[in-house]
Amino acid sequence: MTGYQVLSYWDILAASVFLILNAVFSISLNLGLTRSLIVSALRMTVQLLLVGLILKAIFFAGSLLWTLLAAAVMVAFAGREVWARQNRRLKGLWGPGLGTAAMLIAGGLITLYGLAGPIRPDPVWSPQYALPLFGMVLGNTMTGVSLGLDTLHTALAKGRREVEAQLLLGRTRWEATRPAARQALRSGFTPIINSMAATGVVSLPGMMTGQILSGVDPQQAVKYQLLIMFLLGGSTGLGVLGATFCSLWRLTDTRHRLRLDRLSGETT
Amino acid sequence: MLTVTRLKTSLIGPIDLSLEPGSCTTVSGPSGAGKSLFLRAITDLDESAGTVSLNGRTKDDYPAPLWRKKIAYVPAESGWWAEKVRDHFVDSPDLPALLASVGLQEALSWEVSRLSTGERQRLALVRALQLDPQVLLLDEPTSALDPASVAQVEALLKTRVASGNAILLVTHDPEQPARLNAIPRRMVSGRLLQDQHQRAAQ
Repeated sequence: MTGYQVLSYWDILAASVFLILNAVFSISLNLGLTRSLIVSALRMTVQLLLVGLILKAIFFAGSLLWTLLAAAVMVAFAGREVWARQNRRLKGLWGPGLGTAAMLIAGGLITLYGLAGPIRPDPVWSPQYALPLFGMVLGNTMTGVSLGLDTLHTALAKGRREVEAQLLLGRTRWEATRPAARQALRSGFTPIINSMAATGVVSLPGMMTGQILSGVDPQQAVKYQLLIMFLLGGSTGLGVLGATFCSLWRLTDTRHRLRLDRLSGETT
Repeated sequence: MLTVTRLKTSLIGPIDLSLEPGSCTTVSGPSGAGKSLFLRAITDLDESAGTVSLNGRTKDDYPAPLWRKKIAYVPAESGWWAEKVRDHFVDSPDLPALLASVGLQEALSWEVSRLSTGERQRLALVRALQLDPQVLLLDEPTSALDPASVAQVEALLKTRVASGNAILLVTHDPEQPARLNAIPRRMVSGRLLQDQHQRAAQ
């Protein structure tokens, strides 16, 4: 490692000059974007400063309990996000619960596997490794799971007649919902497949860029990135499959009926 | 053959009805009376209380897919999940004859999006008949058909009755029960009114 250029808060302010310029343009051109632009920029600033403080404290404390607590908070936020991104949701506790559980299980398993297997920090749960890794895994799984569930629920609600037509021909609930399941899995898998295909050609991944900027040898950074991408792909796949089939199971019953009464109406 | 006892859902019932082999029963009544919901409950697409049994065995004795093969229900508007008509049918030896009996022997190579409502109705009936069911539940099977096609479908239904099937058919056509030699029943507000035979006996 060759070390890295330390940034001061003045450097950060300097970097924001062009964003402020955008806000000025927005005001003078009357684009009406000023408010949301400034609000989201400020929100990001506050969030990241806070996260920096919290991570520093957790790294310093080096406590398993605090690490797990931070991971739990991340899962809760991701679960809320998955819930919010669905147009139609499972009713009751299933709504927020299913997506959260799928992410917790898939993301947790893959993160533990990554830590205990290839990365092996000491201790294995070392927050400096565990939390960023879990965050990346969770973020990607969240995108996949929310797309998968949203697509599945829309496909079933709009395709009720098609599903029931197959049920009426004596097919099982799994056979009758196969077209909807296929659609859901495809849309859940698309982002991770696209990002794998474009990585390195169109964009350098953020993590790799960060490592290179902080002085890590590019080939080492690439190895880390590959490792992460494989873990992300694995976790997204597990999460999307688990959430989709669990939701299908919930939206049908043992008498092979389609149970749209367990799905909420369209949210506007 | 098919016995419905105190069948009840959150919206309809309780309903009692008995269908004999080789018989046809029609149900008519105002829209919203629950005729389609009644058929859905019999075929177990909707949850219900009470019992429905076929030759002495209740629907819960059968796995639901098998039950729906024996008690075939054709809704007023059927679903089509593939683009080609062919993909909705099993390739069985009796298929060409069945299609010909409703005047659609050419239809297998067509696309679903080009079918008229009447063509869909007849194809959905053929699709259900391919299951070789014992009981047929038909929701307005001839509502979108021209008179010649109505006659074709009714002739087909009569052959099924003659071969021992029981048919329960929802219709808004006041002449249809007589043409099918059917027992006419009326449904109002989720209940079947007593039929003429029972009333005469009392």
